[in-house]
Amino acid sequence: MSKQECSCATPRQVATGDRAILPEGARTIPIYVMGKRYEVPETLTIMKAMEFAGFKFLRGAGCRGGICGACPTVYRKEGDYKLYFGLACQTVVEPNMYLAQIPFYPANRAQYEIDTIKPAAESIHALYPELFRCVACNNCTKACPMGVEVLDYISAIKQGDIARAARLSFDCIQCGMCASRCMGELPQYHIAQLTRRIYGKYIQPRAEHLEKRVAEIESGKYDATLKDLQSMDKEKLEKLYKEREREPDMAPLGTWMPKDTQYL
Amino acid sequence: MGYTPEMKELIKRVEATRPARVERARRGENFPALSLEERAVVLEKFHPDYQKEGRRAVRVGRDKGLVLPDEIATMLESRSMLRPDKVDLTKIDFDTDVLIVGAGGGGSSAALLASNSGLKVIMATKLRHGDANTMMAEGGIQAATQECDSPFYHYLDTIGGGHFTNQPDLVAALAHDAPLSIAWLESLGMIFNKLPDGRLDARHFGGSSRKRMNSSGDMTGAEIMRVLRDEVRNRRDRITVLEFCPAVELLLDETGKCAGAILYNMETREFFIARAKAVVIATGGNGRLHIKGFATTNHYGATMDGVVMCYRAGVGTTCLPSTQYHPTGVAYPEQNVGLLITEKVRGLGAHVLNNEGEQFCFPLEPRDVESAELIKEAVEVQKAVLTPTGRYGLWLDSPMIDLLHGEGTVRRELPAKFIQFARHGIDISKEPMLVYPTLHYQNGGIAINADCETVIPGLYSAGECTGGVHGENRLMGNSLQDVITFGRRAGVSAAAYVKKGVELKKLTLDHVAGYEKELAEAGIDNPMVAPILLPDYATDEVASRRMAEAIQEAE
Repeated sequence: MSKQECSCATPRQVATGDRAILPEGARTIPIYVMGKRYEVPETLTIMKAMEFAGFKFLRGAGCRGGICGACPTVYRKEGDYKLYFGLACQTVVEPNMYLAQIPFYPANRAQYEIDTIKPAAESIHALYPELFRCVACNNCTKACPMGVEVLDYISAIKQGDIARAARLSFDCIQCGMCASRCMGELPQYHIAQLTRRIYGKYIQPRAEHLEKRVAEIESGKYDATLKDLQSMDKEKLEKLYKEREREPDMAPLGTWMPKDTQYL
Repeated sequence: MGYTPEMKELIKRVEATRPARVERARRGENFPALSLEERAVVLEKFHPDYQKEGRRAVRVGRDKGLVLPDEIATMLESRSMLRPDKVDLTKIDFDTDVLIVGAGGGGSSAALLASNSGLKVIMATKLRHGDANTMMAEGGIQAATQECDSPFYHYLDTIGGGHFTNQPDLVAALAHDAPLSIAWLESLGMIFNKLPDGRLDARHFGGSSRKRMNSSGDMTGAEIMRVLRDEVRNRRDRITVLEFCPAVELLLDETGKCAGAILYNMETREFFIARAKAVVIATGGNGRLHIKGFATTNHYGATMDGVVMCYRAGVGTTCLPSTQYHPTGVAYPEQNVGLLITEKVRGLGAHVLNNEGEQFCFPLEPRDVESAELIKEAVEVQKAVLTPTGRYGLWLDSPMIDLLHGEGTVRRELPAKFIQFARHGIDISKEPMLVYPTLHYQNGGIAINADCETVIPGLYSAGECTGGVHGENRLMGNSLQDVITFGRRAGVSAAAYVKKGVELKKLTLDHVAGYEKELAEAGIDNPMVAPILLPDYATDEVASRRMAEAIQEAE
C-alpha cells in the first residue's frame, strides 16, 4: 500500500490505512498475547496492537467494526481474578493484560425447514432439547461482548415467549462466547437464530402493501415504464428528476399521495 | 479512556471559539460555501478521484488506457500467484454445477437461488461465511413498496443520484426486483422495523423522493446476513461452503467458457482444482486497498479479488475509476477509525474546525467537496490534529447541537453515535468528535448485464465487485438492495445456463499465461502478485526484521 503523499514543507509521519504507527513522544505499554510480551502503543485496540506487534490475522478478524463476531477475545489483568470478554476490534489495550483470541468455538446446529416448521416454542424445544440443561448460572450473559441478556432470552424460549426472545437476542453477533462458557453445553446463538426467524416469518405481522406491490410487479405492471426509462435521453431524465414531488417528512406512512399518479 | 491530556488542551481552543460561533449560527450566518469555480479547484487539487497525481492509465488488458487510481491500476497489472504451466489441471478435486466465489449477501443469495433448482453448489470464501461488507451496512435497504412510490421513482432517484452515469438496464433491474427482494427476505424470516399493522417503517434518505429506506434496527445488513447464512446452513445437502478457501484464479475450458476456479486453502496452503459448469463472482469491494492511504469503512477482506481474476480472464469494467469517500469518518478513538459519522451531525449545525478551533469550510458542501476541503486543511494548511496513533483529524463540534437545539438533542437525534463514543469515554454532547474522510464504496467494477452475465459464457457476477448499477455515486440503501437483487439474479441465470446443458472441454489457464505475456510486452517487469486476499498491516520496523531479502525458506 502506498504512503499518503504529503506536499507540505515539513512532512511528518502519519498513519495510513489501518496500519498503526508510534508517533514521536507517544507511550507504549506491555501486553501479553498468549503469554508472550509485546510493547504496543497505548490507545490501540487489541486487534491493531497485535498487528502493530507483527501478527497477521487469518482467523480472528472480520468487519473490524464490532458487528461480525470474528474476534472474540478473553483476557485477565494482573492481580485480578476476573475473566474478561471483549471484541479485539473494540477493546482498547491495557497494561499487563493477558489475552487470547477465540475465533471459533464448536457448537452444534439443528437442521430445519423454515417453510414447514410449526411456529411454536415446542418446535424449538424439540430441535434443541439441551435447552432444559440450562442451570441459570448466567455465565453466558457475563461472557457476551455485546451485552445481550443471553440467560433471559434462553429463559424466554423455555417459557415459550418467542417474541421476547427475538427482541432480547436481536443484537447477537454469533461470536460463540456464550456457548464457550455454558455449563449446560447449549449452543445459545443457534437457538436464538432459529427463534428470530420463526418470529420474523410467522409472528411479526406481514407487510400487506408489500404483498400488493409484489403482485403488481409480477403482473408486469411496471415493465413498459421501466423500458421507457432505459431508452430515455439524459435531458428528459433530468427534467423528470427535477420535477419529482417529495413525500413530506411528517406525513404518516401510507397517507400521502403525489399529484401526478401516472407512474404509480 | 476518552481524549488524552494533549487532546484535551486542544479542545480548549474549540471551546474558546464556540460561543461566538454559536452566536453567528443563531443569526443564521455560516462560513461561506464555495463557488462552483472554487469547488472545481479544491476537488482538482485534493479529492482523490479528481487528482491527476496518484492516478495513471492501466497498461494492459481489456480496458487498457483507462485512468485509474495507482493502487487499482497496479492491482490489474498483477501476475498470478500460480505458474500457469506448472499446474496439473487433469486432477479434479471438486466437481460441481455452480461455483460461487464470495460468501457475503450477494454470494449467499446466489447460492440459495441456484440451489432452488436442485443444482449442486459450492460457495468458496476467504474468511468465514458472512464476513463481508453486507454485514456492516447499518442504515437500510431501498425498495419501492409504498402506495405513493413505484419502481419508476426508485429508478429516477437512483440514476439522478448517480449523475446519470449509471447503466440503465441495471438500474431498471434494481428498481423492478427491490420489492421482490424484501418479500423474499421477509419469507425467510428476516425481522424488519414495522408498524403494529405490519407496514414497513420506511424512511427518507439523501436523494430520495419517497420514504423508501427499510431497515432492521441499526443493523440491517447484519440481520440480512444472519438470515441468509442460516438458510444456506439448512441446505447443506445442496450447498457446500468452503471457508478460508478463496479462489485465486479462474479456469476456462479450451472453447473459452468459464469452467471453475483454482481454490486455495489459506490454512494448509493447498490448492484445489474446482471444476464448475458456471461460476458466480461475488467478492465485494476494494476499501482495503486503502487508496491514497485512506482509512476505510470496509471489511478486512475487501481487496478486489474478483475484479483482478475476471480482468485477467478478459472481462472489462464499468465505472471502475470512481470510489465513494465519506467526508466524516472517525479519526479517534482508534477502535472506531474509518467508521462513519452520519451527515446528520452537520445537518444539525455542528461546525468542522481545525486544530486552532477555527472554521475553514461550509459544513454541508456536497460529499466530495467536503472531503476535499478536510484533506486540504490537513495536508496543505497543516492545521489538523495529530492523534496518538498518528492520524489526521479535524474537529466536528457536536456540542454546538445542544446549544442550538436544546439540551438532550444529541442523545435523542444521534443515539447510536452517542453510545458508540460514550463506550470509549467521550460524551459527544460535551466534547467534539475527530473526523477525517474515509473510503466507503467501490462504485465501479466488473461489467455485467441485467442477467449478471459477463462477456465470458458461464461467468456471472453480482454485488459491489460489479459496476454500473450506481454510476459514479451510490445512494444510501442501494448497496444492500444491489447484493440481494443481483445475487438472486446471478443464481437464477447461472442455474438456467447449467440446466440448458453445459459440456466442459479440457481445462486451461492459457488466459493467465497470455496475460503475463502481455505484461512482459508492456514492459511491466516486476508485477505484484494478486489477488492479495488480505491486507498486511505490519509496521515498517516489523517488516524490516522479516529480512525478506536475506531469508531462504526451509523446505
